[in-house]
Amino acid sequence: MQRRQLIGGLAGAALLALATPSLAQAPIRIGSVLSVTGPASFLGDPEARTLRLYIERINQAGGVLGRRLELVLYDDGGDANRARTFATRLVEDDRVIAVVGGTTTGTSLAMIPVFEEAKIPFISLAGGIEIIEPVKPFTFKTPHTDKMACEKIFTDLRKRGLTRVGLISGTGGFGASMRNQCLRVAGDFGVQIVADERYGPGDTDMTPQLTRIRNVPGGVQAVINADFGQGPAIVTRNFAQLNMGVPLYQSHGVASRSFIELAGAAAEGVRLPAAALLVAEQLADNDPQKRVVMEYKQTFESTQNQPVSTFGGHAYDGLMILVEAIKRANSTDGTKIRDAIRATRGFIGTGGVVNMSATDHMGLDLSAFRMIEIRGGTWTLVD
Amino acid sequence: MRVSARHATLLLFLAAFAALPLLLPSSFHLRVATLVWIQALAAVGLNLLMGLAGQVSLGHAGFFGIGAYAVALGPRHLGLDPLLSALAGLVLSGLLALLVGRPILRLRGHYLAVATLGLGILVWLVLNSEVALTGGPDGIQVPRLVLFGWRVAGAETWYWITGAVLLLGVWLALNLEDSPLGRALRALHDSEVAARVAGIDVARSKLVVFVMAAIYAALAGSLLGLFNRFVTPQVADFLHSIELVTMVVIGGMGSTLGAIVGAAILTVLPQALTVFHDYEHAVLGLMIILFMIFLRQGIVPGLAALLPRRAVA
Repeated sequence: MQRRQLIGGLAGAALLALATPSLAQAPIRIGSVLSVTGPASFLGDPEARTLRLYIERINQAGGVLGRRLELVLYDDGGDANRARTFATRLVEDDRVIAVVGGTTTGTSLAMIPVFEEAKIPFISLAGGIEIIEPVKPFTFKTPHTDKMACEKIFTDLRKRGLTRVGLISGTGGFGASMRNQCLRVAGDFGVQIVADERYGPGDTDMTPQLTRIRNVPGGVQAVINADFGQGPAIVTRNFAQLNMGVPLYQSHGVASRSFIELAGAAAEGVRLPAAALLVAEQLADNDPQKRVVMEYKQTFESTQNQPVSTFGGHAYDGLMILVEAIKRANSTDGTKIRDAIRATRGFIGTGGVVNMSATDHMGLDLSAFRMIEIRGGTWTLVD
Repeated sequence: MRVSARHATLLLFLAAFAALPLLLPSSFHLRVATLVWIQALAAVGLNLLMGLAGQVSLGHAGFFGIGAYAVALGPRHLGLDPLLSALAGLVLSGLLALLVGRPILRLRGHYLAVATLGLGILVWLVLNSEVALTGGPDGIQVPRLVLFGWRVAGAETWYWITGAVLLLGVWLALNLEDSPLGRALRALHDSEVAARVAGIDVARSKLVVFVMAAIYAALAGSLLGLFNRFVTPQVADFLHSIELVTMVVIGGMGSTLGAIVGAAILTVLPQALTVFHDYEHAVLGLMIILFMIFLRQGIVPGLAALLPRRAVA
């Protein structure tokens, strides 16, 4: 009895193998180095979950080019040195054909030379603009840059006729970089930065900086806060306590539920630029992104039992851009895949509509950002 | 000829050093070996301070960071040659150790640990927040090392360079152990009062070894910066300090070979444990606990004690 079952099983397996000979071929290996633990884990964890989830789904649907996908994922703990070691390992030992990953700008920058040298396409999930500027032949990225966040905010300011702006930013990597970008592009939008205040990563009270902004001769018409994590929540609370009486803008760095929870009632009326994923249900039915973001949101939330975040969305976009490029290239050759990624046009992801080119390795424009206002303790689409 | 512990250490290390490139299949493995040599260099220096003199430093990564950032900032802001920058880093880190070592080495036990901890965090803070100077949390590129027109590149080249530097460091450390200073340090490790009574300048001896340990760490940092061609403030963070201390303790306090073994374990294990996926940190912690339970004196002295007395002491 047992033997017969065994034979039956073997025969079944053999049949299955015959029926789908392609799946028996060596799998296509895709590498990833993410900060699943450590200080950036709130970014890296949803990214890792998304990659595992979707690689499995793609395999269930028959794989790519008739071959299975295999994910080789390492956790760098947010350490650039470790990220670089894992990058070498992906290239030398695991022989991956492409890499989706690099949670922070620091780890991404540390890995870029390894992949560039090996001519392996690398799609980074970090925000820093220096990843793709200047353009490197094999390096791409999916998240919006902080420069775009500034531009989106300035566009909204111009629409509301506000020109005198106070800037308050954290000294951490994200805040400092966004501050620089905002100062650089303000002039293009006719916006005048009349106050430029900063605060440290551990600060617990930003009243002095906000008071200085309020007391600027001539006054301010709006305040922009460039930072992520705890800082913006404190700024928002202090802002409400001081009764500043002007609009407050935050960055896409606060686009998570915990910000609303931390800032409480003070968050009411705060505006920020963010990806469409945050307001998936509110998108118009004819919005090109509607279907993609709803599908990703439902898939992620139903399998992971946690709310969707834009960071996981970046990983989804990166993986899908890569998979489509492999299909179009019909090859696993690094340079051919790179050319195909570069030729991505009209790809609809959670972050926006992606149009890559030889000079633009991110492919997003300002339409990728939505202006969102916090009303009644939840995100509301205003633009 | 009697095989002393000193010769045995050097011979064992030399054998491993020469044989490894033949055994390792890819440049990824050579890269890991190179990282082992670099971490081991810092650990060997720290072992002089901790194992020999019995002084705890919880801020050693600070000196490591100074060395690493020297090779990044020297060429960028001052136009210095990377090699000259590395030298400047060594001098700077030695001077800093001299300056702060004078008062803080008068402290003992927990107080010394906390003072060095503060020093390490200060260095990390400066590297992290002086964005205009250091590039901030996202790190900064390091220019390629060019020696007399030869562009130093490739994992294998760096394997030999860092290995040779470590060899030199090990040789110096072993010689120090048998020098009058080494004996003085061992004496003050046992009892500072007795050492002082025997005519040893305790404060000066401690200061000298503290400066030496700082220079070892800075040199290791410079090598890492030049090898990776990219540094972030994490090289100087508290966790790295703890890692260095763990290397010394796990390998065996007071044993130079132990420091190398400790560095090898803490560098190679995370690579080997990736098969455990989400549980790698738990397994790493468990292994360290097991080492400490069953080889309480550290791996090298613990294993040596199991061997017949005539062999490695």
